[in-house]
Amino acid sequence: MALPVYATPLERLWRWVYLAICALVFLFLIAPILIIIPLSFNAEPYFTFTEKMLRLDPEGYSLRWYDTLLTMGMAAPDAPRDAAWWSDSWRNAAWVNAAKNSLIIGFFATILATCLGTLAALGLARPEMPYRRTIMAILISPMIVPIIITATGLFFFYSMTGLANSYLGIILAHATLGIPFVIITVTATLVGFDQSLNRAALSLGASPTRAFFKVTMPLIMPGVISGALFAFVTSFDEVVVVLFVAAHDQQTIPRQMWNGIREQISPAILAVATILVVISIALLTVLELLRRRSERLRGLSPG
Amino acid sequence: MAEIARDAPERMTAADGTPLKAALARAQGRARRRAFLLVAPLLVFVLASFVIPIGQMLHRSVHNPVFSANMPATTAWFGANPVGTEPDEAAFAALAADLAAAAEARTIGAVGTRVNYEMQGTRSLFTSAGRKADDLEAPFRAAMLDLDRRWGEPELWNTMRNVSSPYTANFYLAAADRFRDLDGGISRVAPERQVYLTLFQRTFLLSALITAICLLLGFPIAHLLATLPLRYSNLLMILVLLPFWTSLLVRTTAWMAILQGQGVLNNALVALGVIGDDGRIALMYNQAGTVIAMTHILLPFMVLPLYSVMRNINPSYVRAARSLGASSWTAFRRVYVPQTLPGVGAGALLCFILAVGYYITPALVGGASGQLISNLIAFHMQNSLNWSLAAALATLLLAAVLLLYWVYDRLVGVDNMKLG
Repeated sequence: MALPVYATPLERLWRWVYLAICALVFLFLIAPILIIIPLSFNAEPYFTFTEKMLRLDPEGYSLRWYDTLLTMGMAAPDAPRDAAWWSDSWRNAAWVNAAKNSLIIGFFATILATCLGTLAALGLARPEMPYRRTIMAILISPMIVPIIITATGLFFFYSMTGLANSYLGIILAHATLGIPFVIITVTATLVGFDQSLNRAALSLGASPTRAFFKVTMPLIMPGVISGALFAFVTSFDEVVVVLFVAAHDQQTIPRQMWNGIREQISPAILAVATILVVISIALLTVLELLRRRSERLRGLSPG
Repeated sequence: MAEIARDAPERMTAADGTPLKAALARAQGRARRRAFLLVAPLLVFVLASFVIPIGQMLHRSVHNPVFSANMPATTAWFGANPVGTEPDEAAFAALAADLAAAAEARTIGAVGTRVNYEMQGTRSLFTSAGRKADDLEAPFRAAMLDLDRRWGEPELWNTMRNVSSPYTANFYLAAADRFRDLDGGISRVAPERQVYLTLFQRTFLLSALITAICLLLGFPIAHLLATLPLRYSNLLMILVLLPFWTSLLVRTTAWMAILQGQGVLNNALVALGVIGDDGRIALMYNQAGTVIAMTHILLPFMVLPLYSVMRNINPSYVRAARSLGASSWTAFRRVYVPQTLPGVGAGALLCFILAVGYYITPALVGGASGQLISNLIAFHMQNSLNWSLAAALATLLLAAVLLLYWVYDRLVGVDNMKLG
């Protein structure tokens, strides 16, 4: 949006002020995320830049906090780093175990949320769906209801049904929290979906299942995958429900971070945070590629 | 009537001879059932894993059977005698028997805690009486009063009568800083002991403040993103989406690193000479920390709906206003802003709804003055273990959020929600 030639000097000045304001807001959004990356390579146990770091002295930087992630909780962290050391780390290191738990819970919660959510989105996108608005509102509500209320409700429910302290309980809870994202992304994809493609397949003799897997599925796939990514991130980032319903030894990455922040805060947290930021950048890239693919499939130009 | 129907041969029928209307209705019914069957598994899942637990929590906020279950004889005496009856020998006998039984079953502590919620300082009264209840002999009234004078207090008996009913609204009274006094009326607690109303008020005020700041910061960048050509705006959009996709705990940690007394921001200000080394600004463990970190976290939720509305605003309206003689400010205020209102409403409501229920960020950076209502619910769940009060507070918060959600659905429609 360039300024028109008839702009007054005041308008030109305002334009620059406006751009400066926007730049500051963007800085506010992105700076906190970028600032933790160099801080995680701090050689000292501080949360701030040391003088050596500011002088770009290599001595000011180290990988010690990343190393802590592998060694914390190990039986023999100082042993020589051979196969036995690595297997010790794999079995005993607190952060490694937390990562394993997070991945297991996230994986199953995502599968559950994506399968059920996609199926429901297909039903919700049909024009003849009864009570569409009400049902949609119920299915989206886990995203809107404050997490502390969900956690409180689940705590009572699980202690009654015996699901407390179990992986199944956390997986079910995380799947519930991820479902709204799957519904929203998949129904958004289905809005642009041309139903006559499906009818064409049926009229050419395909069975409904075959038409679904050969025609509908490939077209809504970008929406399903981005919904699944949302569901996974929701589970991977969730701490409150885990704090309320999980057993003490069921640590996940967010819970471990939570404990770390509350108890012994060290730049090791920043090392984890940096790894998570890198993962989010990867996820964002995947989503952007999916969005472009979806637009191409639907014949929209990226402009 | 039958003749008329037979005399209408041109009435339309389906191929199998049934009236077209009926056949159509049946086909539509089938289609509706099929659509519903696709949704049914998820609906059942969400009902079982979400709606029922929350319903159970609502029930718990009015249902607390600890006293009636463990003190059956006393509860029966309360049932048989109307409000205001002086506790007689029978009442004390029932109480002594219940105390002995509860001490035997090791539930006396729970009973004492339950009474203690309504009347401070009574828990030890119950536990110590429970230890000696076995040795009590008739006349029980005198024996109990010997044990502790307080057993004769009408206030205590009144409280026990209150808690003897398994269904009670008292937790809601407590959540609204009120209590039931001696004559059964409702009074407010002393102003200096008001906790919950203050906290509800603070939660709503801070949420409104955060929403306002988000709008103030989000409007210009959403406008910039919407008016730039797509290839630039898609790049800038990454700056909005990356925080959106980054873990909440990561962002909170980042703010802790920045805002600490020895953190990046204070160090930079000291190095620049803006503030002295002893004048470091306390930006964390107070309301400022909560507001700054939550604004950062909720800003994408404001920008995305604003952007999707602004993208569809036709720029020729503003140009038309300019060509008709409006100044750029007038054109912006009278023509552009009104068209963005749907986005402003959607973004502001979403931010406010999310802010009202926030837990993690205030818990980590809020300190004492930056706590919100969610933190108090967690406190009662995990520390004071007054679960019924936690459930009552959660129900009040839930009611507020559902009301806002309903407004959001009316104004925006939940099916119009978009993510990135």
